[in-house]
Amino acid sequence: MNNASKRMMFDATVWTASVLMTLVLVAHEAMAESKTFAAANPKWTAECGGCHIGYPPQLLPAPAWRRIMSGLDKHFGTDASLDAGTAAEIGVFLEQNAASGKRARAGGDTVRITDTAWFRREHDEVPAATWKHAGVKTAANCTACHTTAERGDFSERNIRIPR
Amino acid sequence: MRKIGLVIGLLIMVSQGLSASSASAATPVEIQKGFEAAARDGASGFSGFSAQRGELFFKARHGNDWSCDTCHTANPLTLGRHVKTGKEIAPLAPLANPQRFTDAAKVDKWFKRNCNDVLNRPCTAREKGDVLEYLISLKQ
Repeated sequence: MNNASKRMMFDATVWTASVLMTLVLVAHEAMAESKTFAAANPKWTAECGGCHIGYPPQLLPAPAWRRIMSGLDKHFGTDASLDAGTAAEIGVFLEQNAASGKRARAGGDTVRITDTAWFRREHDEVPAATWKHAGVKTAANCTACHTTAERGDFSERNIRIPR
Repeated sequence: MRKIGLVIGLLIMVSQGLSASSASAATPVEIQKGFEAAARDGASGFSGFSAQRGELFFKARHGNDWSCDTCHTANPLTLGRHVKTGKEIAPLAPLANPQRFTDAAKVDKWFKRNCNDVLNRPCTAREKGDVLEYLISLKQ
């Protein structure tokens, strides 16, 4: 093989590698920004879903879930304490599926999903009146607008804003 | 031979399923019975649970912003709503919701949480028995 074809081979390899790298990065960011969350655990559904929808683990980074699970007796103003076994199982599930990528980076150190930077950015077009609507009442009430939130689907096409 | 093994295996699975479900299933009256001994020990002159006392307790505030009926409504035969999250709560009265008060662990879990929220302390056995007496007494 002469130098010219060696050079060509090298160029092709570098080019292919960089295309692949770009694809991987794009896919990764797309996944990080996904609005449909599939992970489920029966105890998580039963216990967390008892008082509100089971907020997908992917919405907060692992340290935030750890803090939430260690303070269930004072959970946003109510006692949501669990027996140790159930709490441990749910904790593992939450941390294993916790936010990574963009959402983790834009989370800050809050444990309140609606206080994270990404949540505020995603909802910055929602008018103040909508938040106060009788059918919404609290930003924690995802299903008021995200009609399929209960099955982890927050995609744009399933949003119906009450008027 | 393999078929027999399969049948035996299935029978074991079914019987285990049955015993597991019968171990956790109870009636509201049985659950209430579980509070009786402690209620007797806790209050002198205890002469049974009272639906009237239970209703008063259920509808009164006990120092905090919430009473039981804040979320479970003044008519526990109907749907309630979580005061903070807005999520629907299935009716609390056994007549309207036969699943209520059939799982002792679940009853303990919710009394522990809700008494803490409403009273800042655990409920006494008499308070729990009275509330059950009230809820069981509700007819449509």
